[in-house]
Amino acid sequence: MEPATQGVTFGSVVIEAILGVLTLLIVLGFVTYAIYFERKVIGWMQGRPGPNRVGPFGLLQTVADVLKLLIKEDTIPKKADRPLFILAPALTFVPAFTVLATIPYTSKWIPADLNVGLLYYVALSSISTMGILLGGWASNNKYALLGGMRSTAQMISYEVPLVISVVGVVLMSGSLNLSTIVEGQAGYFWNWNFLPQILGFGIFVIAAVSELNRTPFDLPEAESELVAGYHVEYSGFRFAFFMLSEYVYMYAIAGLTTVLFLGGWHAPFPFLDFIPGIIWFVLKFCLVIFTLYWLRATMPRIRIDQLMSLGWKVLLPLSLVNVFITAVVMEFMK
Amino acid sequence: MSEENKKRESEQASNREAEREANEQDKQQEEPKEDSSAQTDGEVHVEPSGKATPNKDAAERALENQNPAAEAKAEKHEEADKAAKAEKPDNAEKPEKKASEQAADGDDEAAAKKKAAAEARAARAAERAKKKAEEEEKPKEPSPKQPVLDRLVDILKEHAGADAIEEAYVNEASRHLPTVIVKADFWTEVATILRDHAELKLHYLRNVTGVDRETHMEVIYQLINLETKQDYAVKVKTDRDQPAVPSATPVWSTANWPEREIYDLLGVDFPGHPDLRRIMMADDWEGYPLRKDYSPADPEV
Amino acid sequence: MIRTEEMLLNVGPQHPSTHGVFRVVVKLDGEQIIHADPVMGYLHRGTEKLAENLNYTQIIPYTDRMDYVSAMTNNYVLVHAVETLLELEIPERAEYLRLIVMELQRVASHLVWWGTYLLDIGAMSPFLYAFREREMIIDLFNELCGARLTYFYMRVGGVKWDAPEGWIDKVKAFVAHMKEKLGEYHNLVSGNEIFLARIKGVGRYDAQTAIDYGLSGANLRCTGVDWDLRKSQPYSLYDRFDFDVITRTEGDCLARYEIRLEEIRQSLRILDQALEQFPEEGEIMGKVPRVIRPPKGEAYVAIESPRGEIGCHLVSEGKAEPYRLKFRRPSFVNLQILPKLLVGESMTNLITILGGIDIVVGEVDA
Repeated sequence: MEPATQGVTFGSVVIEAILGVLTLLIVLGFVTYAIYFERKVIGWMQGRPGPNRVGPFGLLQTVADVLKLLIKEDTIPKKADRPLFILAPALTFVPAFTVLATIPYTSKWIPADLNVGLLYYVALSSISTMGILLGGWASNNKYALLGGMRSTAQMISYEVPLVISVVGVVLMSGSLNLSTIVEGQAGYFWNWNFLPQILGFGIFVIAAVSELNRTPFDLPEAESELVAGYHVEYSGFRFAFFMLSEYVYMYAIAGLTTVLFLGGWHAPFPFLDFIPGIIWFVLKFCLVIFTLYWLRATMPRIRIDQLMSLGWKVLLPLSLVNVFITAVVMEFMK
Repeated sequence: MSEENKKRESEQASNREAEREANEQDKQQEEPKEDSSAQTDGEVHVEPSGKATPNKDAAERALENQNPAAEAKAEKHEEADKAAKAEKPDNAEKPEKKASEQAADGDDEAAAKKKAAAEARAARAAERAKKKAEEEEKPKEPSPKQPVLDRLVDILKEHAGADAIEEAYVNEASRHLPTVIVKADFWTEVATILRDHAELKLHYLRNVTGVDRETHMEVIYQLINLETKQDYAVKVKTDRDQPAVPSATPVWSTANWPEREIYDLLGVDFPGHPDLRRIMMADDWEGYPLRKDYSPADPEV
Repeated sequence: MIRTEEMLLNVGPQHPSTHGVFRVVVKLDGEQIIHADPVMGYLHRGTEKLAENLNYTQIIPYTDRMDYVSAMTNNYVLVHAVETLLELEIPERAEYLRLIVMELQRVASHLVWWGTYLLDIGAMSPFLYAFREREMIIDLFNELCGARLTYFYMRVGGVKWDAPEGWIDKVKAFVAHMKEKLGEYHNLVSGNEIFLARIKGVGRYDAQTAIDYGLSGANLRCTGVDWDLRKSQPYSLYDRFDFDVITRTEGDCLARYEIRLEEIRQSLRILDQALEQFPEEGEIMGKVPRVIRPPKGEAYVAIESPRGEIGCHLVSEGKAEPYRLKFRRPSFVNLQILPKLLVGESMTNLITILGGIDIVVGEVDA
């Protein structure tokens, strides 16, 4: 797949559009089975079988769930702010999907090889916070409002350490282009960024889990406190959009982690290079996803004030220290 | 078909009828038997007198005549049980005999037996009543908790005034629980003394119960000292039409909700309660459900 | 200037963490609670009123439905009250059976609490682990009396069903299994940093407050008050066993958590001894009159349920039905302290504190 930086013709637009739809389908397929595997994996961890009724091994369970959501009545609370209520799911979903464009799967398959790929990712992903806040506010529900506010506060707080923690990586590779960052991690697995940037990696993972609103940072939708948080009034396909964007973000973050810290499509040892890069990418990607599930099955939920103090008092200073150390070490290594 | 055959057939038919009759009677007899096992079964409890034969009723009445009111009722029932069981074989035999055309004979026999049994029972019951009366004549041993109660009464009389206590006794049925009945006017004062007196230190209020006694209302406070493990019960009686007992909530915070519950279900007012409103029933509920004369506005509910 | 206003929030009656149909009206300033008012009665069935028209055996199933997580102890408190008035002798085997099921029930009840409390705090898996073990207890009960939740097992004078063949051995096996699992629970949860950060120092009160509010069970013992009715006012056969009353002095949610988990271990200890001493044979019903008519009088008896002191105040007029039957429900009394604890806390801590008190709404409302 060629990067879309060459001359724009009618044909190229059509091809790009087709590719876009293809990616969407891949992502939807991923989301369907990510949910399936999440339920299966957590089920196994909890000593129960997980979904096993719809289709062989329950493989069609998510399909059935999505169908159910789509044919459900679309309810909008009477006193909700109608336009905003309708806008919110779309506003959450669109950025989640657009950030996928920059993730390089292999050295050849890069949907959009942007020079500022990382910046693009970080900038766009902040927009969906707006959607969540709008959804919480427009629902005219107190629980939704609390959830929306929590979510906004949380995502803004963790956006900062998330971005600063990757500055170390950017310094090391000298580029914001994601494929260049991956190229910089070639060779043995100790060249992958997660070892030289161990502090940055740790901060990134914690901040990323928080960005995803997943356990132990799932406060915005803490079902035991806020019932369901910002999407408590949503049902049917609007709710499906929120769910979808959540899982698409998971896809994006897992991809980003793989690219930034786990060496992208590179094999851990050069003699394993005969295995195609995409396999390595998928393996690492699945490992990240599995870790997220694992966390969910293990961890209790953190409290909002603890979350805030962790973000601002621990992660932010640490990420700054990380930048500083990286800069100093690089200066001496030169 | 010969005459003989016909005769036999009709005989058989009449026998069968008799048998059916006998079976039915058996069933009737068996029902109270099932009842007697109902206590282990526990599903439904039907009082034996409800279904008992007239004979048994009479037996019971005889018993009641024999036994003065002092006789414990439980024992009486045990007696009645035995009587019912003793009668059963007689009754069961009876229909069989009837079927074999010895009805008149059997009836007589059964009646005689019954009479004898009743006499025996009466004799036994009289004996027991006598024994009981003897027992009661003996002076009752004072409860081991009597000194505790006396001390409590002394303390209360000393600090709250001699009129504060209406009555004091040891409730032996409830593990010898020292119980005092306090006049409602003195209750707040008594409560403070109970909590703060150096010898009592009843900081822990276990339970508050309201009882509708039909002539009056009662609120019962169960108190305990967690260190000495000595417990007491304090009763406050109040008028039924305008029931009011000074609230104990300022003294023990525990009393808050239980008093609200009593207000809600029995309609006892607690002056001095910080937040007296209905707790279980809806705010606009009419009447006080736990009162004995309560009838719901909508009987379907 | 930013204009702020207080927000009135109804937590419940249909809320996942109020453990049933219980409602707290909270006044919020941001996420901080400035006033809380518990509202109950959604599950009020009028058990005490219904009891006045039923004979004693018929009331027992109603007690199952009060604290439906710990039906056995409820059964016991009623039959114990009636037996106290009747001055009945209970056959030893029956009493042992009662004690064994009550202690099993305590383990089961604490397991339910443990699972749901962690679910409240956001950890999902412990719930399923706890219910896996509880299921074994329920299976044991099922084998004993044919019911899984509302057992109707005890009767005035004894128990309804004798232990089936091999049942005692199964209980023994379960006790051994449970001991092992308890260590697993500690490994999984008790040291978790997030969990400790969530409950340490939350919902704290001192012994004086606890006594003033009449708290009982773990809610009282977490302040250092050594008060367990099994030891303080022994009933049943508890004076025959060697076990400890667990106390902590911190008075916070963590202390209550530790006490409940430790109480599971103590219950297992009691079970070990009870199963050893269990008489080979004997009657399971005492000599009980056909119609139970306790003599005129009144009695208050109290036992230690998993939630605290469950009491029964029975007023009899010598009839087959009670004149007045009042249950002292520990959940109801313990819950009173909630509004006091909530002031100044955040919404999140509302759930932590409410869960820590351990209520069963069926018992709060009766």
